[in-house]
Amino acid sequence: MGRKKKCALQVIMEDVGMEIDGQVESDSESEEDEEGEKATRKQHSKEAIKSSGHERKKQNKNGEEAELEEKAEAPRQKRTTKKKSHKMNDSDGESEAGEAASRKKKREKKASGKDQKEAENKEKQTNKNRKEQDKKQKKNPAESSSSSSASNSSDEESLSEEELMRLKEQVEEKKKLISTMRNKPWRMVKKLALLREAQAFVEQFEGALGKGKGKKFYTYKMMMAKKWVKFKRDFDNFKTQCIPWEMKIKEVESHFGSSVASYFIFLRWMYGVNLVLFGLIFGLVIIPEILMGIPYGSIPRKTVPRAEQATAMDFSVLWDFEGYIKYSALFYGYYNNQRTIGWLKYRLPMAYFMVGVSVFGYSLMVVIRSMARNANENTGDGDDNNFTFSWKMFTSWDYLIGNPETADNKFASITTSFKESIVDEQESNKDENIHLRRFLRVLANVLIICCLCGSGYLIYFVVKRSQTFSKMQNIGWYERNEVEIVMSLLGMFCPPLFETIAALEEYHPRIGLKWQLGRIFALFLGNLYTFLLALMDDVNEKLTEEVVIKNITHWTLLSYYNSSAMNDSAVIPPPIDPADMPRGPCWETTVGIEFVRLTVSDILVTYVTILVGDFMRACFVRFVNYCWCWDLEAGFPSYAEFDISGNVLGLIFNQGMIWMGSFYAPGLVGINVLRLLTSMYFQCWAVMSSNVPHERVFKASKSNNFYMGLLLLILFLSLLPVAYTIMSLPPSFDCGPFSGKKRMYDVIQETIKQDFPLFIAKIFSYVANPGLIIPAVLLMVLAIYYLNAVAEAYQHANTELKKKMQMQRDEEKNKRNNKAMTSSAMQDLDHSLDPSAKSVSQPKPAEEQIRLYQKKQPCRERSKKQQPHQLWERRNACTTTTLCDDNTTTKA
Amino acid sequence: MLKEEREFLAVFNFSYLNIQPSCKDKGKEQWDKNQDSETEMGNKQTIFTPEQLDAYQDCTFFTRKEILRLFYRYRDLAPQLVPLSYINKPDVKLPYELIGSMAELKDNPFRQRIAEVFSEDGEGNMTLDDFLDMFSVLSEMAPRDLKAYYAFKIYDFNNDDYICKSDLEKTVNKLTRNELTPEEVSLVCDKVIDEADQDNDGKLSVEDFQHMIVRAPDFLSTFHIRI
Repeated sequence: MGRKKKCALQVIMEDVGMEIDGQVESDSESEEDEEGEKATRKQHSKEAIKSSGHERKKQNKNGEEAELEEKAEAPRQKRTTKKKSHKMNDSDGESEAGEAASRKKKREKKASGKDQKEAENKEKQTNKNRKEQDKKQKKNPAESSSSSSASNSSDEESLSEEELMRLKEQVEEKKKLISTMRNKPWRMVKKLALLREAQAFVEQFEGALGKGKGKKFYTYKMMMAKKWVKFKRDFDNFKTQCIPWEMKIKEVESHFGSSVASYFIFLRWMYGVNLVLFGLIFGLVIIPEILMGIPYGSIPRKTVPRAEQATAMDFSVLWDFEGYIKYSALFYGYYNNQRTIGWLKYRLPMAYFMVGVSVFGYSLMVVIRSMARNANENTGDGDDNNFTFSWKMFTSWDYLIGNPETADNKFASITTSFKESIVDEQESNKDENIHLRRFLRVLANVLIICCLCGSGYLIYFVVKRSQTFSKMQNIGWYERNEVEIVMSLLGMFCPPLFETIAALEEYHPRIGLKWQLGRIFALFLGNLYTFLLALMDDVNEKLTEEVVIKNITHWTLLSYYNSSAMNDSAVIPPPIDPADMPRGPCWETTVGIEFVRLTVSDILVTYVTILVGDFMRACFVRFVNYCWCWDLEAGFPSYAEFDISGNVLGLIFNQGMIWMGSFYAPGLVGINVLRLLTSMYFQCWAVMSSNVPHERVFKASKSNNFYMGLLLLILFLSLLPVAYTIMSLPPSFDCGPFSGKKRMYDVIQETIKQDFPLFIAKIFSYVANPGLIIPAVLLMVLAIYYLNAVAEAYQHANTELKKKMQMQRDEEKNKRNNKAMTSSAMQDLDHSLDPSAKSVSQPKPAEEQIRLYQKKQPCRERSKKQQPHQLWERRNACTTTTLCDDNTTTKA
Repeated sequence: MLKEEREFLAVFNFSYLNIQPSCKDKGKEQWDKNQDSETEMGNKQTIFTPEQLDAYQDCTFFTRKEILRLFYRYRDLAPQLVPLSYINKPDVKLPYELIGSMAELKDNPFRQRIAEVFSEDGEGNMTLDDFLDMFSVLSEMAPRDLKAYYAFKIYDFNNDDYICKSDLEKTVNKLTRNELTPEEVSLVCDKVIDEADQDNDGKLSVEDFQHMIVRAPDFLSTFHIRI
């Protein structure tokens, strides 16, 4: 009866699993003799794996780990509880309980040995083997009834714990291999073979350990990653497409080097700034005036005077910005001094003043911010230049290029960038007679300072003379235009002279360019100074003239009002046509016109120079070369190089003119925007069509902070005269938004007084108090001093750190050098030890690979960890190598 | 040598030209059909078995679609050589001249090296497996280490597992189309070795190369081909 029960239990066990194993085991011991047990144990232990595998397959939806844990803890508890239950059922089981426990221990010991063996050749085990054993077992179920199940279960516990862990590890390994197969640098054939192997393995054993759910998730992850990459790429493309002229500039850069491209980048930046200024002025001043201001012809300042009306529409007049253009919203004089205009009650005079101030404010802010950002970038990638050439060599070719033209550009750009780096390298390697070079540099500087002083004196002299000329009558053409002639002659001859002198210095071309820029800048300052001086004279003249006219108009108005007072109608306006009203000279408009004229003539001169000096010359050289006595292309005229310094300075001075003039001629910024736009296309075309690259293509400094510095200086210089006129000259009495006020800034005070509550006016008056301003300025100066000192300290620390890093790198190199020798010795050692290890266990090739791979990893980590001790190791390097050598010789 | 190559290429193209358009269209049609019947599991089996496709997916960075697309690209190179079914794993190799004339490769100065490195015979004649391998490594998703490994092989012209000075010179000359003078080239090569050689043996090993290339900011963005 007991036997029957046990058989039934066995059957149940096969179906349900190990949960009932404990129960079976406890009552089985007594009925079987030990020999039979021994005979069947082997089979059973093997069967255990099998059966457990079967059952797992059935219930593989449960997590394998949960099951394992359960198994580890379950038996003990179950045994105790189920023993109790058996006491109830089978009375004979009780007495044998203690014995059973002791026996179990013995068996486990024996089984563990077998387990090890099994583990070793588990992979070789085939299904056939198992099936045979299965059959055997099925043939004699009676034999293997209770006792077998006992041993079965006891073996199974130990087996499944160790074995399954191992299995699980291997399956995980294979799975990992499958998922990283694509990352392996193997041939496809090998990959496919290994993949098949791994998949087969996983499929075979995965059932035993639950199915992997990773694959789907992995594919999903990969898909998302791909989508993300694609999105990022598209977005980047979109971003570059949004940058105006990026492709044009890249093309120029690839043929002419980054120095020429830096000019175009600067031009583009300038265009952006001007666009913002244009928006400010047009949006807040010109458009409101056109939409809501009093229309043309209603008041004297908005009408062309009677005397000029006949010719006001002639092109020659318009070209000089007289006539209708002079009396338009493009100039200061057109604006009315009404406090508010239109139904919006727009405070135009106030807006005019604030826009004038904010043009300068915005420009200052933008220039300084971009300088600061450039400086940041400069310090940011300080030590990235250890691999300049390597990176150029191995990463500069873009494998995406699939079109011959782009490929040509890329070849050109790689060549230029190599040349740039070579120039840098040659410069840093140059070491000749340093004393001679120093002497030459000092000499060159002295010469150039002499030149500058001479030209400065010449300008001063000419300006003085022109002032005396202007007082004289009937002077000739030369005397009248002497200043301009001298200035343009200086501008023509001095830059090449400076360049020849600079050849003495033998600077790196990049630094040379900076010197050249600085010197020409100093020369051009004279230009600016004379222009401003002439303008101030003009303004003073106009101011005196104005006083006279003001008196006349006052007198006429007064007489009119007197007469009208007699007629008892004081309010009606004078019946004179606005065109006939006597009016002042309006010096502000004169200044504005002066600046506009200058800008336009500058544009024309620049374009004509490019057309004649570059394009015509290129055409001449190219086509006349067929029938000329010498080689024009290689010989004298040759093709022109792109004049970076001249162009940059032209741009900077032009911008200075814009800043100075924009207050008196709001339309000037519009002209400048057009100019920058056209010159971008025109100059790009001219460079690509008719210029040749510089003889020594040099790399522009990453930040064009030097250009920015010059721009800042010009901005400051142009701020001064404007601030002076606003603060200290009285505005014209009959034109412009500030007419009738004593000073232009009165408009602010007026607004504060009338439109703000009283206490704000009070606060304003306190803030404007010099007692508050002077301490504030003092504080700022102190802050600047402090920050400067901190910055210097950081810079110092930075250079120190860089030095240290360089030293460390060198040491590392040396150390590696030594280590290469030692590691070879270590490899020999490994080889001598290897054969014995191989004979013990012979894993399959794939696993070997993985193991080797894993072996390598910790080694590498170790080597990384050792690096901090370089110094010490370097000191001991020689001794260790010799020691290691000794070791290898002895052990080998 | 180069001239010969070009002539050969011309002849090759010419001989295929008559047949190519129709076949190309056919291939495209099939491709379109595939696109249409993607969900219905229609035509796919004619080229690869699902197991093959899965295996390729596991071994490359491509999706099903992309693998099929690459197959058609491969087939378009020589429609009469490549069969429309790969179930029986036919042993087909396309000569380098055809591989090198692909739009993605024909402007690349290193195209011959790429083909040589990825082909099994080392001479640039590629099977479909090699072809997939090549574009998988050069795809966007491939990790840096894998790319670096193959980049090293590509720049190692003489296959001695070191990038020595002659390899570097070849690289520079290919990159600049021989525009630099010999002195400049040798200066560049010396500088490269000086920068990247960690163990001072005068040539770059794989470790040197990887150490250098993992720090390169735009290696990943330049060393890939979109297909």
